[in-house]
Amino acid sequence: MQIVFFITFGVLSLAMILIVIRLLIGPTLPDRVVALELLASVIVALTGTYAIVTDRSSFIDVAIVAALTAFLAAIGFARFLERGGPRDD
Amino acid sequence: MIDWIIGFLMLSSAVFTLLAAIGILRLPDLLTRMHASTKAGALGIALMMLAAAIYFADLVVAAKALAVILFIFMTAPIAAHAIGRAGYFVGVPIWDKTVKDELAHRYDNDTHRLRSGLETEEELQSSTQIRDDKPRIRVTAKVKKKTEE
Repeated sequence: MQIVFFITFGVLSLAMILIVIRLLIGPTLPDRVVALELLASVIVALTGTYAIVTDRSSFIDVAIVAALTAFLAAIGFARFLERGGPRDD
Repeated sequence: MIDWIIGFLMLSSAVFTLLAAIGILRLPDLLTRMHASTKAGALGIALMMLAAAIYFADLVVAAKALAVILFIFMTAPIAAHAIGRAGYFVGVPIWDKTVKDELAHRYDNDTHRLRSGLETEEELQSSTQIRDDKPRIRVTAKVKKKTEE
């Protein structure tokens, strides 16, 4: 079982690195917002893994809050993009 | 046996999340990137929460995990829709091999009015008059300046 945990953590970390690359190079602001949203998804998945590995179920609450804030941030960014003035990507 | 199921769920969750990350890095434009990230990312979270629900074997934890899954499945399409809409309006370039853009030349980004292409002259004029009188949703800086002059 231990090796499954290690592989899961490793693969999720690799996913995070790839997303951060897109976050840095992403040519326009909406690209970066999408990358941030997926980064939040990976964080929720990592929190779930951590809850299983440490055998503490209270980390599921952390996952709930992370998912909530990610959604609110995405909606806020979308409103900002649509209504905002001149931007400098 | 339970361990095998949990391990399988965790590994497939990680693999789907990795697929979403690869998609977001490799695909050519905003809409295709969103296509990769929303679906595969939501499935990754759902599988991981399912694994947690099975692992803890507790009704409260299972309810919380199910709440996360339900929440993700409800909000992921809404967030993707909002970002895609904003991206289209601010003029994010789409892939040059895109086959169809049905809103092109039919959608007015300033007034948010959609034309079918079958209107008579009269209807077109009345719609432009309405636009001059009162912007429906937002006015870009250029149009605002023009009306002020």
